[in-house]
Amino acid sequence: MSTEQQPDGIVGRGNREGADLFRQWFSELNRTAEQGGSAAYVFVMGSMCEILRTFDLPVVFPEINSLQMAVRRVAHEYLNQAEDYGYSPDICGYVKADVAVQLRGGEHPMGRIPKPSIAVLTNACNTYIKWAEIWERMYHIPVFTLDIPGTRAAGTQTWKGNPDFENDRRYVQAQISELIALCERVTGIRFDIDRLREVMSCANEMSRGWKQVLEFNKSRPSLFNALTDGTIYLGVANSFRGTPEGGRYFTNLVDEMAYKAARSIGTLTDEKYRLTFIGVPCYPIFRRFNELFTEWGGTFVHSTYLWFASGGTNLGFEYDLARPLESLAEGVLISVRDAMDSMFYPDRAILEMIDDFHLDGVVYHPIKSCRTTSTGMADNRRSLMAARDIPSLFIESDMMDRRVVGEAQMKNRIDAFFEGLASRKQQEAAAR
Amino acid sequence: MKVRTFEAWRGKPLDEVLYECRELLEDVTFPTVCRWRESGGKVVGHFQVYFPEEIVHAAGILPFKVCGAPIAAVHADSHFGSYLCSILKTSLELALSKAIEFDMFVTHPICDAARNLGAVWGRNFPYSCQILYLPQNANSPAAVTYLRHEYARLQRSIEAIAGRSVTEDDLRRSMAVYNRNRFLLRELYALKRTTPWLVSADEAYILVAIGGMIPREEHNELLETVLPQLAARPNKKQDKIRLVFEGGFCEQPPLDLIRAIARSCYVVDDDLLIGLRWILEDIPLEGDPLLNLATAYLENSSYSPVQHDLRKPKEKMLIERIRNSQAEAAILTAAKMCEPGLEEQVAYLHALDKEGIPYFISEFEEKMTSFDHLEIQLETFVENILFN
Repeated sequence: MSTEQQPDGIVGRGNREGADLFRQWFSELNRTAEQGGSAAYVFVMGSMCEILRTFDLPVVFPEINSLQMAVRRVAHEYLNQAEDYGYSPDICGYVKADVAVQLRGGEHPMGRIPKPSIAVLTNACNTYIKWAEIWERMYHIPVFTLDIPGTRAAGTQTWKGNPDFENDRRYVQAQISELIALCERVTGIRFDIDRLREVMSCANEMSRGWKQVLEFNKSRPSLFNALTDGTIYLGVANSFRGTPEGGRYFTNLVDEMAYKAARSIGTLTDEKYRLTFIGVPCYPIFRRFNELFTEWGGTFVHSTYLWFASGGTNLGFEYDLARPLESLAEGVLISVRDAMDSMFYPDRAILEMIDDFHLDGVVYHPIKSCRTTSTGMADNRRSLMAARDIPSLFIESDMMDRRVVGEAQMKNRIDAFFEGLASRKQQEAAAR
Repeated sequence: MKVRTFEAWRGKPLDEVLYECRELLEDVTFPTVCRWRESGGKVVGHFQVYFPEEIVHAAGILPFKVCGAPIAAVHADSHFGSYLCSILKTSLELALSKAIEFDMFVTHPICDAARNLGAVWGRNFPYSCQILYLPQNANSPAAVTYLRHEYARLQRSIEAIAGRSVTEDDLRRSMAVYNRNRFLLRELYALKRTTPWLVSADEAYILVAIGGMIPREEHNELLETVLPQLAARPNKKQDKIRLVFEGGFCEQPPLDLIRAIARSCYVVDDDLLIGLRWILEDIPLEGDPLLNLATAYLENSSYSPVQHDLRKPKEKMLIERIRNSQAEAAILTAAKMCEPGLEEQVAYLHALDKEGIPYFISEFEEKMTSFDHLEIQLETFVENILFN
């Protein structure tokens, strides 16, 4: 690591400011709840913050609330309560943890979560739909499903001007207009298209920054750990989307990455193996899970999580503010479709990533809770193995449920994976 | 019709017809599909739940309902991880093992697992494998127009497979065949509801299920022959409770499980293979056929845990199904690892508690082979209702 004087502590600023912003966001939610206020419940893939912030609606991300419970090691208490209520051990842990939060009147380890006044969801994950139905039954609130058609078959994405794309865009745009009318009814606030432009402009700054940040990690050594640091950035990308703070944060983060890249300042890991992570992290033992890799000199330089859990912001789609509604429909369609593609068709992108990011290995992490990300992984791995000679690891656990997280067993497999990587490096060196 | 695929039942008495139908349903070599292919026919496989088969039929192709099978996933197992329902694995097994050879495969975003099938299938087969994005915002006024265009896109893919174009009149002819089929299935279910002692749950199931594996004209002929014979059976009403079976919308329970239930209860309504019965009335043949198909899907259809429609809250629909069939209780079941089914169970049980309707909760898997324990539990449940 460089010992050069850092301007304003630029190295690590993204993590510090991200954590601060995140606490600030939670305390705002807590204040709203304590004052009896309500919020819009949304999801990370297609949050529609652009519209909701136009109506000054506070946003709650129940997925983020749930993962925080796992990171704070209390998820099992909430899961047990939801299972007592009738939910099966075999369904998504995020849903169950949230059900328990609702049954406890919003009580959460980071504060109180306000009740919903509206729920807005996309079809990027089917569980979103089932989840929102639970709030519909509990609170009798309006639930709006923004249906975003995805890619019909691998490699067949359509773009502006194509009749099939235009059919999808018109459908999305019509639904956005319906959502605006619904928000007007829920909030009593009249829609202001100039306010929407302001919010979209902030989202543009964020999208631009997020794309650049991800690109920066092609650097050797890698500038951030996609699993740990990346999750902090993701938190801001979601909870501050469409805000000036969110846009500024990512502009600053780009500066930080540029500074580190210019000086070859890497992560804390003495980088021996560059890996990519496919799936959702193991939150019940989040720190330890990462250590199982970093102790071997493994660092995650990329992750599909940073694509889909940012709702496709990784594409860096920038809205045309001269035609906001049409452009919003285009952007949401293209970005959320990309988020779905990173879960269903990641094989092509991973193949490209191997060279672009100088990967030594691919780690697949299917989990009990999420069929969306996990169902195709084993097949995906087979396809990758057939296409390229690159080592891969397949470990199953969960993002919430510690009952299916076997640390010792996981360690055995990870150790064996790294032993294989080490031997491969030795053979390569000997062959040179 | 290109070829007759199922002749074994013709000219036989009712019991033998039902036996032949059962034999066909349980034959995992899928002889009807083989016969179709041997005559040069093409096959489009479509995964559960609903699919507009009329578009495939109009192109002269056999639509085959892919809904798993009671087989071991010898080849497919290594393509999936744990924590998944069985139907995904056995459906892929049918294709990998070449038990059925398809010319195209279509899945739908019905659940997080099934929507992955298009990509999984596509990585393993050279033919077209795609997702049909049925609208998930059924309440948007824009949904019908969107779906009409999505059907037109699907039609173009099917025309490419068929090597011919599909005219509006082709579609109308197919829609008429399917309207007739839906009418006959409604008649079968009316018989189940009004006189369940004339057709047992497993018999009715067999008669519906083989519709997914033979040309629909043949299915119509079969039902037209069998329905009057069932109605004329001399069976006497028995002292069994009437109940609704809920949870068979996607993965199918083993036939022996349905038979075990039928031994102690009259199943007067259910959601088994609801996709074959999704459209509730005849689809108009006048006007734009694709628009009519799209409208029927959204405006004149049944319910299931995999469709969100504010006009059709599932628990309300279930209670309606129970009331309309004069059932006294419900079996609330779900396939193992089926998220939508398991999630809906919670809403159902709380709603039935509120209504004071007794229910029996269980899970099943298509490869289950032992039903003794379940049968004893069910008998106890029934006795509680009968004697309380």
